[in-house]
Amino acid sequence: MGNFWTRYKRNHAAVFGLFVIALIIVMAITASFLYPEDPFRLVGKPLSEPLTNGFLLGSDSLGRDVASGIVHGAKTSLLIGFVATLVSVFIGIFFGAFAGYFGGLIDDILMRVTEIFQTIPSFIFAILLVAILKPSMSSIVIAIAVVSWPGVARLVRGEFLAVKNREFVQACHTLGMSDLRIMLWEILPNCLSPIIVVGSLMVATAILIESGLAFLGLGDPNVMSWGFLIGAGRTMLRSAWWVCTFPGVAILITVLAINLIGEGLNDALNPRLKERQ
Amino acid sequence: MTKRLLSINDLSILLPTGADREYAVQDINLELNAGETVCVVGESGSGKSLTARAVMGLLPAPHVRIGKGEIIFDDEDLTKVTYERLRELRGSEISMIFQEPMTALNPVMTIGAQIDEVFRYHVSMSAKERVEKAVSLLVDVNLPDPAKIINAYPHELSGGQRQRSMIAMALALGPKILIADEPTTALDVTTQAQILELISDMQKRLDTGVLFITHDFGVVADIADRVIVMQHGKIVETGTTKQVLQKPKHPYTKSLIAAIPRLKPRKARSRAAKVVLEAEDICKSFGGGRSFFGFGKPSRDVKAVQNVQIELRRGETLGVVGESGSGKSTLARCIIRLIDSDAGQIKLGDVDITKLSRSELRPFRKRIQMVFQDPFASLNPRIKVGDIISQGPILQGEDKDEASKRAYELLDIVGLDRRSFDRFPHEFSGGQRQRIGIARALSLRPDILVADEPVSALDVSIQAQILELLDEIRAQMDLSMLFITHDLRVAAQVCDYVAVMQYGKIVETGPTAELFENPKDAYTKSLLAAVPGKDWHF
Repeated sequence: MGNFWTRYKRNHAAVFGLFVIALIIVMAITASFLYPEDPFRLVGKPLSEPLTNGFLLGSDSLGRDVASGIVHGAKTSLLIGFVATLVSVFIGIFFGAFAGYFGGLIDDILMRVTEIFQTIPSFIFAILLVAILKPSMSSIVIAIAVVSWPGVARLVRGEFLAVKNREFVQACHTLGMSDLRIMLWEILPNCLSPIIVVGSLMVATAILIESGLAFLGLGDPNVMSWGFLIGAGRTMLRSAWWVCTFPGVAILITVLAINLIGEGLNDALNPRLKERQ
Repeated sequence: MTKRLLSINDLSILLPTGADREYAVQDINLELNAGETVCVVGESGSGKSLTARAVMGLLPAPHVRIGKGEIIFDDEDLTKVTYERLRELRGSEISMIFQEPMTALNPVMTIGAQIDEVFRYHVSMSAKERVEKAVSLLVDVNLPDPAKIINAYPHELSGGQRQRSMIAMALALGPKILIADEPTTALDVTTQAQILELISDMQKRLDTGVLFITHDFGVVADIADRVIVMQHGKIVETGTTKQVLQKPKHPYTKSLIAAIPRLKPRKARSRAAKVVLEAEDICKSFGGGRSFFGFGKPSRDVKAVQNVQIELRRGETLGVVGESGSGKSTLARCIIRLIDSDAGQIKLGDVDITKLSRSELRPFRKRIQMVFQDPFASLNPRIKVGDIISQGPILQGEDKDEASKRAYELLDIVGLDRRSFDRFPHEFSGGQRQRIGIARALSLRPDILVADEPVSALDVSIQAQILELLDEIRAQMDLSMLFITHDLRVAAQVCDYVAVMQYGKIVETGPTAELFENPKDAYTKSLLAAVPGKDWHF
């Protein structure tokens, strides 16, 4: 573990990314202390510029505090990003592991199913799912998970294909180990590094999809989110730039930081790739 | 007086800081004359390959670099020349062939195009001349149908043909020095013999100096004029082949030579009456699959094992020998039911295990266990050694404490420290890992051990230790062993009986001593004739 951290530290950008994400997480956790008011409440003069009328980042057309929206929205974005990723990684591992390990007909069937999901444009599919399921936190998580697992499944399948013919797996067969045990205890731990890397990058994608859905008005109407803020401000982009800009910057920084972390994890978990330079 | 081609004086190569030693090689002195073959012998990690690479300027800089010393070629110090000059020399004056021809050749270029590159970068010739020259080179290295091979891609050729193409390329401009880095290690014995012959033919014709890197004393005995023995980056002994092989002075050389399995077969022990394993008419073929919807041509069917019969009696070691692709590993995997055979019976005592379902098979797994070839791939890197050894008994329903106790005992038996129990496999060397693999196989107290090339990935001295260990264990536990190997020397040392396989069939079988002295089948004869260093008696 110490070794892992030393290698991770070598990538300064990744350390910076981790720092930024830590800040955003702290911001999300302390949201109710920083801005105890409901972010949907109308708290002041509409369309106040930043740093006027007591608004740090201005207010929107109805007089809601943009800064409060960003702080509370961070919780939504991160929560959806992480949960959706967890769910889709889980589905992906399940499909990929069975397809890669058993091969043959099972592989064919599972991979054809995966391909069906891959051929549908993911964002449109997500919109469709949320529209059918009624917008809510859980339906958004489901929609994001459903559109993003195929990549993980392909990756896990490839890793399983590579590892399952290694001699230590054959040795487990000769000891009489069951298939499920071999998959979970012998092969999966050897595939974790690429899954972690891809998973970390998927969090960023999930946040983007969530923002996109909220922008289109398909977010959970009871929950403040960055995408909702942008959607609310887009008609006044030229007259009140701050309403769209600050949530946009928040998304940008978050996604960038997560990508940097993913990059750093990749360097730390696959050290040989890095040394090749 | 022969011409001095290359002299390496006091060469030291630095390893990156934090490596297990400061120098990869230290104070190396080496001379090579025209028409001479100098063999550099040593075990893995001795620095022999890096020495060769240093001459070519192919050290993996900036991590590994030359610390001091000079490499004089034709009055020029190769450690000081510019990169451009080095490039001029490479390929035209000094060229190199590598161990694995499949990775040394570019897979997306035809053989002809790759030979052509050598001419294009070094001499000016018209395209037509270049093609003619390439064809004549391929003729020189005895490749059949050169006109066809020139348009072939590397994957379309066999291993031996690829290595011949590499040699053609290396010798294209008649270099003064040929550096061969284990050029035959990846090849079968019969092919190896042909390639060695080819190299010495070409050498005579072109008066080339050959610097030959190898770990195999048999090869040394066959081709070397002078020998340099390296250990831990230092030269421990040099001399003419005769001196070094017959009267080695340094203890390390002595131990290396002593570790080489003798080709003299052991005497078969008297046969026990009890047959523990009987395989009848085993057949296995691969391929023949179709796509998901049943479209497309079925792929080519390869008959890996055809109607093989095998009988293994209590306490004996049966060797299955053959070259790569002969089906010997497939046979082993069929017998231990890692893959299902297409036809035939495998009787463990009275039970035919080919018909058993996986759960019915589980109790029989105990009785037949396997030792694998690659000590680096055969242990799960994420599981502790103790768990690797004890998981078998636990799976078979043994108590956890009991299983750990057994694992500690097994560590003693295979000669490992008890503290190894809590370590991960990557902390061990190849030989130690193979011991762990053996301990795992023994953990279920099997009657039969299937060993698939258990020593082919190891250095000779380690190889000797592992063979000894296997033999001890076999005697101690009254095991029967099915020993798969490509190395006739190893087979001679450990096997009571030998079955020779070719193209999936057993062509000859018999007691080792008898079969080695009096081979009947033509293939067995050619295998025995190709063993490197067979005329060398030590």
